[in-house]
Amino acid sequence: MKKRWIEWLFQPLAVVLALIFTTIVLLIAGANPLQAYGNILSGAFSSTSKVADSLVAWIPLLLATAGLLITFTAGLWNIGVEGQITLGAIFTTWVLRALQDTNTAAWLILLLGFLAGMAGGALWAALVGILRIYGGVNEIFGGLGLNFVSTALVIWLIFGPWKRPGVGSMSGTVPFDERLWLPMLPGLRLSLWALILGILAIVAIYFVLQGSYFGLRLKAVGRNRRAAALMGMSPSRYGLAAFLICGALAGLAGAVQVTGVYHRLIPSISSGYGFLGLLVAMLVNYQAIWVAPIAFFFAALNIGSIQLPIVLKLDSTLSGVLQGSLVLFVLLMDGVRRNLLNRRKE
Amino acid sequence: MNVELSHIHKTFGRVHANNDISLFIPAGSIQGILGENGAGKSTLMKILSGCFYPDSGTILLDGRPARIESPADAIRHGIGMLHQDPLDFPPMRVLDNFVLGRAGGLFPNATQARRDFEQLQARFDFAIDPDAYVESLTVGERQQLEILRLLWLGARVLIMDEPTTGISSMQRQKLFAALRKLVSEGMTVIFVSHKLEEVEGLCDRVAVLRSGRLVGQAEPPYVTSELVRMMFGKNIHLAEKTSLEKEDHCLVLSDLTVGDARLDIRNVSLQVRRGEVIGLAGMEGSGQRQFLRTLGGLMRPAGGKILVNGINLAGKPYERFRAMRVAFVPASRMEEGLIPGLTLAEHFALVRPQTGFVVQRERMETLAQEQIEQFSIRGTPQSRVEALSGGNQQRALLSLLDAQLSLILLEHPTRGLDIESAIWIWGKLKERCENGTSIVFISSDLEELLHYSDRVLVFFNGKVSAPLNAAQTSVEELGQMIGGKGF
Repeated sequence: MKKRWIEWLFQPLAVVLALIFTTIVLLIAGANPLQAYGNILSGAFSSTSKVADSLVAWIPLLLATAGLLITFTAGLWNIGVEGQITLGAIFTTWVLRALQDTNTAAWLILLLGFLAGMAGGALWAALVGILRIYGGVNEIFGGLGLNFVSTALVIWLIFGPWKRPGVGSMSGTVPFDERLWLPMLPGLRLSLWALILGILAIVAIYFVLQGSYFGLRLKAVGRNRRAAALMGMSPSRYGLAAFLICGALAGLAGAVQVTGVYHRLIPSISSGYGFLGLLVAMLVNYQAIWVAPIAFFFAALNIGSIQLPIVLKLDSTLSGVLQGSLVLFVLLMDGVRRNLLNRRKE
Repeated sequence: MNVELSHIHKTFGRVHANNDISLFIPAGSIQGILGENGAGKSTLMKILSGCFYPDSGTILLDGRPARIESPADAIRHGIGMLHQDPLDFPPMRVLDNFVLGRAGGLFPNATQARRDFEQLQARFDFAIDPDAYVESLTVGERQQLEILRLLWLGARVLIMDEPTTGISSMQRQKLFAALRKLVSEGMTVIFVSHKLEEVEGLCDRVAVLRSGRLVGQAEPPYVTSELVRMMFGKNIHLAEKTSLEKEDHCLVLSDLTVGDARLDIRNVSLQVRRGEVIGLAGMEGSGQRQFLRTLGGLMRPAGGKILVNGINLAGKPYERFRAMRVAFVPASRMEEGLIPGLTLAEHFALVRPQTGFVVQRERMETLAQEQIEQFSIRGTPQSRVEALSGGNQQRALLSLLDAQLSLILLEHPTRGLDIESAIWIWGKLKERCENGTSIVFISSDLEELLHYSDRVLVFFNGKVSAPLNAAQTSVEELGQMIGGKGF
């Protein structure tokens, strides 16, 4: 009985500690913490359109985290997920630009754009995988390197071949015609299609990891590649498959950002959702079932903190402080809990 | 130092690993602790050395109660433990390992340490190069290093957990001589083993554990049958060797050459009949491991042929060997054999042919339950493999093998197991031989090699002997060949 109690105590404690830590940061910055938290809450939930905005941020986060669960299960750290989102966005933009002036039906262009986005993300992830499997380059370094390359690529495209007529600008490429936008809910920026896509992705990944042979083999390879190899599974094949799936999902997130949110390619198209996805995956301890609520919470924090600069003259990165400290404290408390339980046992 | 354990209790979940154990060990003696796997020997020793803390009970050192909460506490009280796998740092030099763990001082006094090291090892007739890297040492030398280190740290009680696993017979003699010397100087040695003859030959007194309880103590002269009865609660006999008419060849090697950075094994030719058992003997690192791995398709041979049921597989990938029904069972169960974090049922799902996209959990659990009963594994389909004891992990590994195999390759199939488990495992393997499966296995246990093999190949420094007929070879002859006589 006592043990149960301890197990449950630590999660809320981690949240409290993260809040205390963020409060201290706020006090140092000379802001009123209660006002700041109140603003984040109202910024995320005070109106339908704000909730819809949180959902808009939730979708790419869901897609990226769903993909990351696959690579984490295979024992791989896909830091390159940011670049994979970016490449997805680039490929989608490319197809849309190529087909926008033809007579092709809008739905077909969008469909091709999404497929291209998935292919782009998968390609970028495959590079990380190939570097790792055949080149002996750790996926963390490979992914990090390719992230920089993807940033450079997107900037070059925006200021070079795809620049606006006249002069290139940080505001991105020329916006697409409205017929190439994902259909929105009336009066909101939220697309039902994208929402369905995000939910489908996480549900599918949940079932794949929970009950399928593929998921089980991925787990086996992730936990002991040598034993898995002796049992006849090829760790490199499963590792590559994990990268491809994660890359495709990240690319999909990029495609959603282009067709459903910005309607063009912008320099920071991935908006950090890949890194945020890594945090979410760690926070939920790689359990697919918790991804949806935690990702939504993180998305709401991001959206809620947007108005901080205007209202309180605080930087909107405050949400990042809260998110980061939350992950750190949850991991820390997990360690403390395990230590305490072990000591009790011995 | 006199060591007294008084009413020690320790439970792990529902398992009562140590149940009211009281034991007095006087200074200047070698105390044997005997028991099968899972009897509670290691737990008791880990309590004494500070790795675990007992649920209740006290430890008295020279009559005074001692509170030992960590291995550092233990060594401060003069208790040092040698673990089954040496706890050292292979990529570091011997001397660095030696000074590690010594308290105080930002910069260790290297000259002083080197002098102490040389003096200590001269006392025991050890010859370790202090500048060598630990990874280049044999298991036996690493053990010697650990003994020296603990003595240097001031250990007066030395706990040895299964110290003779994986060392050569020469090193074993040296080890025993060192232990006798230590007790003659007033030290206390606690020797944990499940090998009866070693305990009988070395120990001044033996305590036998069974299912967490101290079931009895004995002093020389020992009565082997009495010790066995205490260990298992019943009498046990080795199974009789069965010989079959075996004509058909399952495995043919011709001029097989196996190369690796350190040694080559050249031009081995061998014909293995169906149902035959071939033992590979030799000191660790003599080439038998590379040889066996080549037969399993895990290493590419440098030349020659490997014919399995008439088909040459040399240079083919591992999958082809598997498809030809060759199975490889590695020695390191948790590193290469099983997947920590997955349950027994999940392991069966992994090795059985896939049916559809979704794993049928109930079917897999039923299957796992059947195998658990058939292989007497202590566990449930939901048990994670890392929670099983060594013997049960080995049974689980065997239960995962396909029913129809032409060739099974095993590395140290019974290493670290008690007699009962070892006999049981060989019983299962011999059943397969009667159905026509051939076996090639590596062992460092000479009696196991001679008792279960039909023929034995001896490896020495990359050279391979002609096959010996196991029935006509004595332990002494085999031992001399392993030491290099006749090469």
